[in-house]
Amino acid sequence: MGFENFGTVSFTAEAKVADFVTYLEQGKVMATRCKGCGAKYFPPQMDCPRCLSTDAEWFEIKGSGKLITYTAVQYGPSGFENDTPYTLAIVDFADGLRTFGRLSRDIKESDIKIGMDLKVVPAKLADDRISYEFQKA
Amino acid sequence: MEGVAIVGVGQSTFTRKCGVSVRELCFQAYKEAMEGLDITKDDIDASIVCSAPEYDKQRTPSGLISEYLELTPKPTFYVESVCSSSSTGLRVAWSLIKSGLHKIVAVIGFQKMSELTSREAAERMGRGGDIIWESPFGITMPAGYAMYARAHMAKYGTTEEQMAMVRVKNSSYGARNPKANYRKELSIDDVMNSDVITSPLKMFDCCANCDGSSSIILARGDVAKRVSKIPIWVIGVGAATDTMTMSGRKSVTGLECSQEAARQAYEMAGVKPEDINVAEVHDCFTISEILAYEDLGFAKPGEGARLVEEKQTYADGKIPVNVDGGLLSKGHPIGATGGSQIRTIVRQLRGEATEAQVKGAEIGLVHNVGGVGQYGNVTILRR
Repeated sequence: MGFENFGTVSFTAEAKVADFVTYLEQGKVMATRCKGCGAKYFPPQMDCPRCLSTDAEWFEIKGSGKLITYTAVQYGPSGFENDTPYTLAIVDFADGLRTFGRLSRDIKESDIKIGMDLKVVPAKLADDRISYEFQKA
Repeated sequence: MEGVAIVGVGQSTFTRKCGVSVRELCFQAYKEAMEGLDITKDDIDASIVCSAPEYDKQRTPSGLISEYLELTPKPTFYVESVCSSSSTGLRVAWSLIKSGLHKIVAVIGFQKMSELTSREAAERMGRGGDIIWESPFGITMPAGYAMYARAHMAKYGTTEEQMAMVRVKNSSYGARNPKANYRKELSIDDVMNSDVITSPLKMFDCCANCDGSSSIILARGDVAKRVSKIPIWVIGVGAATDTMTMSGRKSVTGLECSQEAARQAYEMAGVKPEDINVAEVHDCFTISEILAYEDLGFAKPGEGARLVEEKQTYADGKIPVNVDGGLLSKGHPIGATGGSQIRTIVRQLRGEATEAQVKGAEIGLVHNVGGVGQYGNVTILRR
């Protein structure tokens, strides 16, 4: 299984990092660490342009992160017509790991504050699709 | 070593629906660029065609346009960096001439966005981000810039009213530009009361998709002096990139690709931001113009909004910016946009910008960005 069920709309399936989706189903949001030089990657990648290694290990993004910025989208692209409004965000976790995703719909727009503490957790979507989202820590 | 100069510039009228074919659209810009020059099509050594291919119906359009302009058998090829494609085209043309390979090169940018249905356009919009990691969340171009806007507001106190002031300024010049798509003047209230697209950006904070074409003719210095009355010299070219993913960005309050491209262009030209008399910046959204003031060194980080509030970027201000209406009023036919910006600065430096001439302008700057701060191009021109 690859990325065919990842997110609201997926555009491609195959990737060496498809285990990311398997981990999501197990309740974990993961990043990678290069086995050659230790470089950390989010989005995850098996290939390391720094040391040219093609082997990486997975580690879980744990703990709370900080909201860096966000936007509440009112007009979405094809396939997102019934999904709006949704809030996109950038959230920083420990070790300089910067992530992109959606804020949970449980957080009201009036409660959103840049700098607020958030955690990242897998999120089940309609039609057996899966993603991750940021929730209040 | 001989310099490189722009000898001809042209653009079509930018419009929501041009009603002609792509080759005919390109001819409109090419005609304006070539008229008045002491050369014919046979003197053009190569052509570079620029557009964003996801909007094209015609595969490999450079061959088609080269045929229509009767530029065969001279070489032609296609370059792309989304919204900054024709600035990339200018950079490549500059290199071809500087290397000694060619004497005269034509750059032709175009986009016919009306060729797609709104459904097809929305589908393309969905694939504008990283298709594995960010598009599945529903990211859009406005959403990317909206995140920069939100972060800029939080860090520096920039307000939605100040962003609206960018649109008010640009609309006042767009109203005088006969080639602009949107020619109404807008007030701060008009902008503030328009529908939210992706917070904090509202409809009038955003530019519109358009049909349009642009053309730039470049020549080796000695040839330029012979064929044109007022050659405009390309004295600095800078180009840089940033990540496609938003999660890869180090800064969310400025575009690092713009900062780096500007640094290169200023260094090559041997000028400073305060030496620039008139500028075109990539105002795809109102926030983008405020970021550009700071990234190009017209204002310190965090002080960009004040520059427009104090009207320093109007034609009679300290550093006039987008006094042709900008992308916000002209519209944004992706592959044609950079060439249109270059045309405006060339006309300013020649003293031919009758709609809003900046008096005595000698050095001008063009800032053109592809994607959400993904490809940055800065070009500095001198009379």
